Amino acid sequence: MLEVRDLRVEYLSQKGPVRAVDGVSFSIAPGEVLGLAGESGSGKSTIAHALLRVLRPPAIITGGEVYFKGKDVLALAEHELEDFRWQDISMVFQSAMNSLNPVMRIGDQIADVLVRHKKLSKRAAWQRAGELLDVVNIDKKRLDAYPHELSGGMRQRAVIAIALALEPPLMIMDEPTTALDVVVQKEIMQQIEELKEKMRFSILFITHDMSLMVEFSNRIAIMYAGEIVELAGAREVFENPLHPYTKGLINSFPPLTGPKRKMTGIPGAPPNMAEPPKGCRFHPRCTMCQPVEGERRPKLQEVLPGHWLAYHEGIPGVNVKGQAVKNLNPPGLVF
Amino acid sequence: MRYILRRLGFYLIAFWAAITLDFFLPRLLPGDPAATIVGSGGQLDPQQLQAVKEALGLSDQPLILQYFTFLTHAIRGDFGISYSNFPAPVFSVILTGLWWTLLLGGCSVIFSFLIGNLIGIFGSWRRGGAVDSFVPPLLVLVGAFPPFFLGLCALYLLGFQLRWFPTRHAYEDTLTPGFDLAFFGSVIQHMLLPSLVLVLAHLGGWALGMRNTMVGILAEDYITMAEAKGLTQNRIMYRYAARNAMLPSITAFGITLGFVLSGQLLIEQIFSYPGLGFLLISAVQKLDYPLMQGLFLMITLAVLVANFIVDIIYTRLDPRVRAG
Repeated sequence: MLEVRDLRVEYLSQKGPVRAVDGVSFSIAPGEVLGLAGESGSGKSTIAHALLRVLRPPAIITGGEVYFKGKDVLALAEHELEDFRWQDISMVFQSAMNSLNPVMRIGDQIADVLVRHKKLSKRAAWQRAGELLDVVNIDKKRLDAYPHELSGGMRQRAVIAIALALEPPLMIMDEPTTALDVVVQKEIMQQIEELKEKMRFSILFITHDMSLMVEFSNRIAIMYAGEIVELAGAREVFENPLHPYTKGLINSFPPLTGPKRKMTGIPGAPPNMAEPPKGCRFHPRCTMCQPVEGERRPKLQEVLPGHWLAYHEGIPGVNVKGQAVKNLNPPGLVF
Repeated sequence: MRYILRRLGFYLIAFWAAITLDFFLPRLLPGDPAATIVGSGGQLDPQQLQAVKEALGLSDQPLILQYFTFLTHAIRGDFGISYSNFPAPVFSVILTGLWWTLLLGGCSVIFSFLIGNLIGIFGSWRRGGAVDSFVPPLLVLVGAFPPFFLGLCALYLLGFQLRWFPTRHAYEDTLTPGFDLAFFGSVIQHMLLPSLVLVLAHLGGWALGMRNTMVGILAEDYITMAEAKGLTQNRIMYRYAARNAMLPSITAFGITLGFVLSGQLLIEQIFSYPGLGFLLISAVQKLDYPLMQGLFLMITLAVLVANFIVDIIYTRLDPRVRAG
């Protein structure tokens, strides 16, 4: 349904362009939840903004293709774009707390989407807005409320109600629960899960909370420094992480079940994206780095069925499908 | 509603403080008004002086008694007789100037507010564009000159040299005020130049203030979300961005509106515009205490009323204030 190929986004700065997203490709099938994980600054939110083309200057899309249901999103004209937004892809923003207009009633903020896209009358739109609040378990009376009169969890739910308003086939959720406490976080995630079952939309789920991600996603893409380094089924990523960065990321979170183990974390800090490391961008922090000839960039390749990995080369046979690869790894792969 | 009542209480106290100051301040000025009236050269015997004092409502009572008399009279709008316009009461003298000042000041403040804010909104919307790069700096440059200087330049160039505008008074001297087209036309014609100066003097401040608030607001998440919602550019610009950015401007608008009465003293003087500023300067020159007091109180009252109105408007515009 959504097909992203070789997407590139640059932030123009005085020191020269900064590649925030550098050749990212992925796809999302109907009804699928794709998780996008990675450190702050790895380009997750930039991808989300690029898909809706709401990037602010100095950020510009410099290359790649985005197809949504066959539509070339990057080629849409301004008025086509306005129709495309929210109708096809809606978005729950990183800080839902701040994504509501403080001087507009909740009802108006839901209704204006319906008036704009569905050409409903104001009355009908408010009626529908009330139903949408019902869907996310907020009292209809709260239509009259202003954002500051709602709690954090309610505000987040109201934002989700807005995202649901047009029943779009794809919803981007950019860290929808980061600002909330764990209990509310759980409630909201369960609610999203139920809604997804009922309304059958796909989700691009962005977070750096790995435990939340594995529970919620079908597939997970791991990003580092503007690139996808590993992409596989959610279980597979957890049980058989192949990339050293993925391993580091998983090791930095306590396991939900099983014996206690020492959390290790990843040494070093994310790279300066104005001058990313040459060759493999992870190499200054990598514990498994091996010298390769020249300064080549690793390529994303399918190493197991549905399991994609960015690496330089493997020992012969590593691409052969089957159990053997697990045993061969890690010494078999050159990062 | 509670909020409004609380504000009202605050303004009443402020008004009382203003009346009190208004009573004591002129009495600290040197000079004897009665002597001024009669004229410095004249010879006056004590009875005559006493008669003049009585006619003017001056007394030698203890200050505190005078204060209470003043207070009760002031609340009724009675400030006594204007010395320099004897025997007209202060209240009616003020009324003659009040309308002209409100007309000139009100129009120029409203126009500079509207135009300035629109420039700010458009400038920030197309940040770095032509409007944004040239207009605000130019306006700030113009606004950096004192208004009376701009007024003198305008009067000299556009009034005396080019003769595009009349140079004095609020309307043609040959006309009698009335509800007819000739009179209104003349009023507008006479108002154009002074209000042009007042608008130009303040435009830069409004434009720059609005622009800077807008730039901050445009970085907010709810603007990005509005954009992602596929709303039209106009709706985002007005309902989401400008609607939030205007809140600080509204506060400033209230303050400016209040200072209309006092803010154009020199402009009225330059254009011989018969407003309150013109009256105030002549009252000071002629040691006309009652008129001065009446005018001061009028100015304070205007500031307070304007701020109170803005408070009410503000609660309509910003729901977050209502709760507090």
